[in-house]
Amino acid sequence: MTMTLWQRIDQTGRNLAPGAVTMMLVLVNLVPLYAPQYDKVVPTLPLSAVFYWAIHRPDLLPPSAAFVVGLLFDLLSGAPAGLTALTLVLVHWTVGTQRSFFLARPFHLMWWGFALLALATGLFQWLISSLLKLALLPLAPILVQALFTMALFPPLALLYIRVHKAFLTPPA
Amino acid sequence: MGCWVCYIGSMAVGRGGFGRQNTPAHRHEFATVRLATLRVLAQRFSMIFLVLAAIALMLFEAIQPRPIEAVRTRVVDAFTPMLDAFSRPAATVAQLIEAGHDLWNTYLDNRRLEQDNARLLQWKQAALRLEAENNSLKSLLQYKPGPGPSYVSARVVATSGGPFLRAVTVTAGRRHGIRKGQAAMAGPGMVGRVVEVGEWSSRVLLLTDINTRIPVTIQRTRHRGILAGDSTDEARLLYLLPEAGVAVGDQLVTSGDGGLFPPGLAVGTVTEVGDHGVKVRPVVPLDRLEHMLLVNFGLPGGLTFEDGALP
Repeated sequence: MTMTLWQRIDQTGRNLAPGAVTMMLVLVNLVPLYAPQYDKVVPTLPLSAVFYWAIHRPDLLPPSAAFVVGLLFDLLSGAPAGLTALTLVLVHWTVGTQRSFFLARPFHLMWWGFALLALATGLFQWLISSLLKLALLPLAPILVQALFTMALFPPLALLYIRVHKAFLTPPA
Repeated sequence: MGCWVCYIGSMAVGRGGFGRQNTPAHRHEFATVRLATLRVLAQRFSMIFLVLAAIALMLFEAIQPRPIEAVRTRVVDAFTPMLDAFSRPAATVAQLIEAGHDLWNTYLDNRRLEQDNARLLQWKQAALRLEAENNSLKSLLQYKPGPGPSYVSARVVATSGGPFLRAVTVTAGRRHGIRKGQAAMAGPGMVGRVVEVGEWSSRVLLLTDINTRIPVTIQRTRHRGILAGDSTDEARLLYLLPEAGVAVGDQLVTSGDGGLFPPGLAVGTVTEVGDHGVKVRPVVPLDRLEHMLLVNFGLPGGLTFEDGALP
């Protein structure tokens, strides 16, 4: 099948959608809400994006893209450079091995899987941060943050599904 | 006889063997098959490579923070306009909520402010009298005042997005005269200090961050200590002498030791004295900072201290 130049540009644009959405969430993640106590519960928004696209379109959000997104997050947020990059790459890999399981399952199982992953991610980041600072950091904020990240999964998943349907489903 | 490339290819791709192995068509497919094999192998290795790269980056930054910091300030600079645009709607909503809150509390606030005003007018008289006295004493001593502080106001456009970091990104940088080590103030007191400076943006480490260390004085007793963050809402007061006699409610101000900050900036209030050490609540609530003043006091100490070996 051959495509004209315009079709190719169109297809490339559509293929960029998962990456663009994930990148956008990094920026939204850093927006200060100027709300009391918000700084303690900031959810990790790009996590669910990597989770969703690693299940549904890993070709459009490969591990290298997860790495770049994570590194950007680290550089912008002031976290140790590479921490979020490492986390997202590992999440991508974990989800990749369980891909066939998630693809055929209903939404609530996907949510459950994501909840476990968010918790594991939080503990992993807590461990690495503690190692890098050579101090035992408080564990409670991590749990709150993971809970918040889990709670935001359904609305974000809705966003991904809409983007998926709007840009990446071939017309019938 | 099978072809080894096809064999590895089928192992890696996991799709069983390729058909028509010794036909001429197979030879035509050879190049494509080899490419596919290489791609699959590259994917497997890229995962390991990415993991190692991330770990290497973290270790590199822990040992040699300077180059990463240079990249970081560039990236933050580049994204500051976008972050600025993203944070505006949030600021508007926050202002609306605050306006509603203010309206709700108007009556009580008004009564409190009237009382405050009466008390402050008395203080104003005292201040004017002391100023006049101070001026006449200075003229007796032929005192030459140093250059006054210069202020740059900046908007907070990004938080740290995680529970272990207490830092914010603000929209003022080298071009506006910001230098590393300058104090950041908001309202009645100090909120942190500048740790990274880009062209148009800089990062302010807040008082509660685990890396914060600020020499302070207890205003009542004049004993000194070090204020240290620990990634919770409150900071701790370290290295106090046993006879310091610190009590709940004591006000802490910067001591000026080390020459980073001038003495006398309000920092926090002691909220707890106990077995777990002395806890201090910052004067300014650090979770809803919207604007801050970056202050250049013209002190010589800050930069040399920052450029030294200390992290």
